[in-house]
Amino acid sequence: MSAVAVHSLWTTAADPISKIDAPKIEYGQLSPTLIVVGAALVGVLIEAFVPRKSRYYAQVFVSVVALCAAFAAVVALAADGYGTTRARIAAMGAIAVDGPSLFLQGTILLAALVGLFTFAERRLDPAAHGNRVDSFAAQAASVPGSDSEKAAVKAGFTTTEVFPLLLFAVAGMLVFPSANDLLTLFVALEVLSLPLYLLCALARRKRLMSQEAAVKYFLLGAFASAFTLFGIALLYGYAGSVSYATIAQVVDGNVPRLDPALANTMGNDALLLIGAAMVVMGLLFKVGAVPFHMWTPDVYQGAPTPVTGFMAAATKVAAFGALLRLLYVVLPGLRWDWRPVMWAVAIVTMLVGAIVAITQTDIKRLLAYSSIAHAGFILAGVIATSREGVSSVLFYLAAYSFVTIGAFAVVTLVRDAGGEATHLSKWAGLGRRSPLVAAVFAVFLLAFAGIPLTSGFAGKFAVFKAAAQGGAVPLVVIGVISSAIAAFFYIRVIVLMFFSEPRSEGPTVAVPSPLTTTAIGVGVAVTVVLGVAPQYFLDLANQAGVFVR
Amino acid sequence: MSFPLLTATAVLPAVGAVATAAVPAARRTAAKWLALAVSLGTFALAVAILVRFDPGGARYQLTESHSWIAAFGVRYELGVDGIAVALIGLTALLVPFVMLAGWHDADPLETGSRRWRPTQGFFALILALEAMVIISFEATDVFLFYIFFEAMLIPLYFLIGGFGDRAHEHGEKAASTQRSYAAVKFLLYNLVGGLIMLAAVIGLYVVAGSFSLTEIAQARANGSLHMATGVERWLFLGFFFAFAVKAPLWPLHTWLPNAMQESTAPVAVLITAVVDKVGTFAMLRFCLQLFPEASKWATPVILVLALISIIYGALLAVGQRDIKRLIAYASISHFGFIIMGIFAMTSQGQSGATLYMVNHGLSTAVLMLIAGFLISRRGSRLIADYGGVQKVAPVLAGTFLIGGLATLSLPGLAPFVSEFLVLVGTFTRYPAVGVVATFGIVLAALYTLVLYQRTMTGPVRKEVSAMPDLRVRELVVVAPLIVLLVFLGVYPKPVTDIVNPAVKQTMSDVHKTDPKPEMEAAK
Repeated sequence: MSAVAVHSLWTTAADPISKIDAPKIEYGQLSPTLIVVGAALVGVLIEAFVPRKSRYYAQVFVSVVALCAAFAAVVALAADGYGTTRARIAAMGAIAVDGPSLFLQGTILLAALVGLFTFAERRLDPAAHGNRVDSFAAQAASVPGSDSEKAAVKAGFTTTEVFPLLLFAVAGMLVFPSANDLLTLFVALEVLSLPLYLLCALARRKRLMSQEAAVKYFLLGAFASAFTLFGIALLYGYAGSVSYATIAQVVDGNVPRLDPALANTMGNDALLLIGAAMVVMGLLFKVGAVPFHMWTPDVYQGAPTPVTGFMAAATKVAAFGALLRLLYVVLPGLRWDWRPVMWAVAIVTMLVGAIVAITQTDIKRLLAYSSIAHAGFILAGVIATSREGVSSVLFYLAAYSFVTIGAFAVVTLVRDAGGEATHLSKWAGLGRRSPLVAAVFAVFLLAFAGIPLTSGFAGKFAVFKAAAQGGAVPLVVIGVISSAIAAFFYIRVIVLMFFSEPRSEGPTVAVPSPLTTTAIGVGVAVTVVLGVAPQYFLDLANQAGVFVR
Repeated sequence: MSFPLLTATAVLPAVGAVATAAVPAARRTAAKWLALAVSLGTFALAVAILVRFDPGGARYQLTESHSWIAAFGVRYELGVDGIAVALIGLTALLVPFVMLAGWHDADPLETGSRRWRPTQGFFALILALEAMVIISFEATDVFLFYIFFEAMLIPLYFLIGGFGDRAHEHGEKAASTQRSYAAVKFLLYNLVGGLIMLAAVIGLYVVAGSFSLTEIAQARANGSLHMATGVERWLFLGFFFAFAVKAPLWPLHTWLPNAMQESTAPVAVLITAVVDKVGTFAMLRFCLQLFPEASKWATPVILVLALISIIYGALLAVGQRDIKRLIAYASISHFGFIIMGIFAMTSQGQSGATLYMVNHGLSTAVLMLIAGFLISRRGSRLIADYGGVQKVAPVLAGTFLIGGLATLSLPGLAPFVSEFLVLVGTFTRYPAVGVVATFGIVLAALYTLVLYQRTMTGPVRKEVSAMPDLRVRELVVVAPLIVLLVFLGVYPKPVTDIVNPAVKQTMSDVHKTDPKPEMEAAK
């Protein structure tokens, strides 16, 4: 090949740039996600270049700044009216910037910020060889119990990678509820899931259990992702597009343009039904709805408790956001088909979550089943298919996520020689020994149980009201009955803490740093404020209750 | 804008609860005095309500209305009618006595953690409970009522589960197990009732589009709000179920004997004399007003259940070996009378029922508190462990007898008037029910007198021979209540004057008039 030919290759390669339409990206409207992704990348660079000693501080600083900045960006967008009048679809149809997106992104960012505080806590575990340590393994790659692990502990290593991993997960969660085509949905699903699988495996104590939890989560999560992807393929075959708007049009019977390659499949209802079912299945897995809940108790129990709290709160917010958008934007025309199925799922989820939780003896497993029951309550609001339904779900998610993070933060405080004392029998008499911690945990439990004057009651009332107005009265009655069942096991823990005799060799309550104290304090404050004066936040959720199409 | 008296009456004990809880561990006597002062202040405010209330005036007086949660259509609406005024008065009156009676019930036995403050907790919880009970008597917004109706379970739950009698026949370990069992049973029964009501509250909003009692009642009266028969009946059942658990009505009563038996006497008084009244009060205020047709539809069944409560409660009281359990079953029998009076749908019946709520509060308080003094002296709740107390402690025995006679409705003591009114009111409309209910009175005489005879008369048992008589503090608790019982027994007019106009209103809500006397027909 002559030099001239090479030169012409260069020029032809450079030439068509003017002919391809560059994608139009609204950077401002995507800024929350971009900030978080950018900070995560900076975090990776910090791991590579900053000396080990100062990594922790650099990482915490970058993460906190990034989450605050992203939240500020969300607030700015909402103030500019992107949540209401100026709601639009950005990034070439891939991302919706509208009320539900912004509300959920704001919730996820705040939950992540509070969660980050529990990640960064370094005063709970006794110092190892003079180094303060957090809840995460000294070195993830060292085999549990091996010499290399001991060496890593002795050297005072800490896994500061958890911070960029958290940020990547948050980035995925920010995109998940705002994804406006199926491919973006899938990419977001993977971006949020993969860091979580890793984070689950990083516990400092009980490492084998933690790794087992991660493998279980990964395998089942991979199955669910595969189902989702298969469903997406079938929906593409049905509609000839992955865009939400186009699929919705085809579902309504207006085929915009017949793709000749797909002439045999387009408009085939079997593809639609199977495809939609598979995508919804993947989302229900993330939500932890029965019968896709099997991973929840094991993963919640095995994962490091700060990760559990973050995951339980933020993942649920993101996944319900995505589910709402899918059902309300893509599949409203299919309402009469999916509503009966979701009815069944909601009923089974509420009842199984509440009933199985009664037999649990580990506080983290108990909270896992409680989260399943709550998923069922939220599904009752999803089924309402009305604006009230959307806003009640948004409010419930915001209320629930802070209670969850707070509750898991309290769990990190109750410790004995083996680390966190999660077995319920060890919590006996905690109210005598540490009245304040026990009282705070009791507040969270009462909120989970939906006792009036807590956020849990306001949320539950909102979703049940929306469901009743949507004609789902039997669902409300079953929801109320499972609330009563669920109340039983929350109360059991309170009885244990306050009315049982303390054990002589019982756990001690560690004195946390201001980080965990802040996380718990925010949890209590949100629980009480949303319970006593929820008006402002209900209004906010109500304004945010419309999806852009 | 005038001074928000109703809010102040509820807020004062709430603030007092927080202040009491914040008193340092070592200053527990100061906490007690603070709590007592707050409860007396609340009583003064309740008296102010009584003074400002005009029996001949508007139906709801001293009303307050503010926007609260607009998204749910919830308003902060307060207002009192005569029935509410009487019951707020009863609550505010009993709480200081209850505190005095339980002055030493929550002193810590052993020093636990430095921050473990049971005494402060006990008094703060009583004040918190008082605040919630008062606001639920005042609320004229269904949602507002519901919130406090449910929330009051929490302080009461801790009062039952956290504080028990010092003495227990099976030791401290068994006592704490049984206590937490009783507390959980109490909470679960009431929570299930409340959650069923929640479904009905939501249903009411879907149907009526409002939570305001006055608005809904008005819309129903002028026909702008029509409820289908089936819907109204389901909603009525949802509300009534919760109130029947709270009241408690057979067969939803089984939590009460456990709760009263295991809690200290002052807490037992709070349960039966104050909190349970919210249930019967709410039947009058919410069930009859919101669902008049369904109330009439359900009347036969409810009357039968009330009759069963009367007879069954009294029969079981006769058979009890435990003093507090006996009083609990007696209360179930009395609640049967109250509910019967409400659903007889006559003005005598309902006036009698309201009066009964007040009088039952007073008489049970006397009986239960003295029983508590007795039990704390001997260290046993079993009737068989006593005998001949009247020779050793004549004042204690004498006051106990008065409390017992009030419980069996002896003429001259307050409960007689109310029981008579209830029976007359029931008889004019449902003679058969009235006749059967009368057997309850006979059984009441049996269980009270047998209780007195077994514990107070006969040879002095060795264990009670050194029993001290009532102390000054205990006399201060008992004497005013007995004076009130006698006064209201001779001259019930002050209470009936307040109550009667409200009862007339309720009667007109359900479109019922009293049956005409049928003397001519009998001739």
